[in-house]
Amino acid sequence: MDSQELASIASRVRRHIIRTIHQAGSGHPGGSLSCVEILVALYFSQMRIRPNEPEWEDRDRLVLSKGHACPALYAVLAERGFFPVEELDSLRKLGSMLQGHPDMKRTPGVEASTGSLGQGLSQAVGMALALKLDGSPARVYVLLGDGEVQEGQVWEAAMAAAHYRLDNLTAILDLNGLQIDGRIDDVMSPLPLLDKWKAFNWAVHQCDGHDLDALTAALSWADGVKGAPAIIVAKTVKGRGVSFMENVADWHGKAPDAEKTRAALSELGGAEVGR
Amino acid sequence: MAGKATREAYGEALVELGAVYEELVVLDADLSKSTMTAKFQKVYPERFFNVGIAEQNLMGIAAGMAAAGKIPFASTFAIFATGRAWEQVRNTIAYPGHNVKIAASHAGITVGPDGASHQALEDIALMRVIPGMTVLVPADARETREVVEAAIKHKGPVYIRLGRPAVPDIYGEKYRFKIGEASLLCDGDDVAIVAAGYMVHAALSARDILAGEGVAARVINMCSVKPLDNSVLLEAASTCKAVVTAEEHSIIGGLGSAVAEFLAERHPVPVRRVGVRDLFGQSGEPGELLQAYGLTAEDIVREALEAIRSK
Repeated sequence: MDSQELASIASRVRRHIIRTIHQAGSGHPGGSLSCVEILVALYFSQMRIRPNEPEWEDRDRLVLSKGHACPALYAVLAERGFFPVEELDSLRKLGSMLQGHPDMKRTPGVEASTGSLGQGLSQAVGMALALKLDGSPARVYVLLGDGEVQEGQVWEAAMAAAHYRLDNLTAILDLNGLQIDGRIDDVMSPLPLLDKWKAFNWAVHQCDGHDLDALTAALSWADGVKGAPAIIVAKTVKGRGVSFMENVADWHGKAPDAEKTRAALSELGGAEVGR
Repeated sequence: MAGKATREAYGEALVELGAVYEELVVLDADLSKSTMTAKFQKVYPERFFNVGIAEQNLMGIAAGMAAAGKIPFASTFAIFATGRAWEQVRNTIAYPGHNVKIAASHAGITVGPDGASHQALEDIALMRVIPGMTVLVPADARETREVVEAAIKHKGPVYIRLGRPAVPDIYGEKYRFKIGEASLLCDGDDVAIVAAGYMVHAALSARDILAGEGVAARVINMCSVKPLDNSVLLEAASTCKAVVTAEEHSIIGGLGSAVAEFLAERHPVPVRRVGVRDLFGQSGEPGELLQAYGLTAEDIVREALEAIRSK
């Protein structure tokens, strides 16, 4: 799949995000929009998966550690064929397979129940350890938020991943620079990030998190790293693709009203509120 | 009645059952010599993971390994397993229903000289409140071995509470344990003593003292604190004049609470709880602490007699 096709999928995913969060009346648009290209590159280019066989033993796995970005993951899984696109309409509704934060027991393709920040990398380390023990060729991916790395458990897990030399583990850090209460370096600076991960003995690579070619190249680079876990620090824009949401912390966890939804969808190349 | 510590029996059970169950892996957080998982490490080094002093990560890694098909036993001291990592256990292990067994040692006041910071008196409460969590409190070495195998065979999260000091043997080789089933150690129709862990031994002593005073006590080992054995409790409540619970845990939220909650709804009878009365522990020898905090056979006897009188 070339990057133009990937870009058009990313554009559809953004429309799903806006539309479903508007319909749900709550959710997290900012951090969902910032990681769209990362997830599209993973699910449509990088990961070995079988959407019709979601529990295939040798599948690659993604842990969405920044679980609040699940509207993006759900849209990508639906577009990839794990479940019908129509299912996206049920986001956050009673009885839905699409919970407000990921529930692996309900959603085909969701590999970990997350949402409580800081816990995804540990789970990914556990998966990578078990897969290595079994001699499996599968890789484990984990998507971290930049505010999320303020959680101490992330660094416990980072230490363990390097200690066990988990070269079947790739982390991607969605560096959008904002968290609920403001800029990450104003709230509680986790910077410098590259140096921190290097100091924890990870192989580190930085790229533009909205450039699909750069992302696929970075993911291939991570494949080639031996004897250490790899992290891709992906520089992104929170709210990417919707002008009034870009770089505005207030859109971290707020649903757009009907008017804002129409404006957003029109910017994203589809004027209709409905599908 | 020479016995060994339940933690020691746990380490031995891991070695024995590790040969049978290839998916079994063991994780520890730098306490493997104390939790006795080091016994497993010695025989199966490739299936043992010491994650260092990082209990939250311990639980997360265990969850990830379970997600990939392993049966992880995660061990540390009870206060850290259930306190430090409670939210990890709740959200990352229990909510997805992962097949993780949390086997925590150094529970209760009999930890002794290390003092209050290391004496978990709240762990049963903290684990019991989590949906889908099974809570098992073995009383001796044999029962511990049975509990470990039952936990392996059970699909889903299990909490196993283990103690530090040696405890007297109660069961022989023929004993079999099933989750949700209590063990009736002796019959009696005046009062039922429902105990778990070390306090089962104290309950048996209390029964002998009561017998000397003409009171017939039934002793029930409720190793399966969750799920409780409801039918054994109903039978005890309908036959006996009163029920006394005994545990090396706070009276708030533990076995005593579980029994009282059930009987209050289903078959109200006088219930007295022997346990730590809303206090932190302190340093001291296990025997001194059991006495100081009201966890002896004599305390059970006193509560039993008062409960019968209150009927």
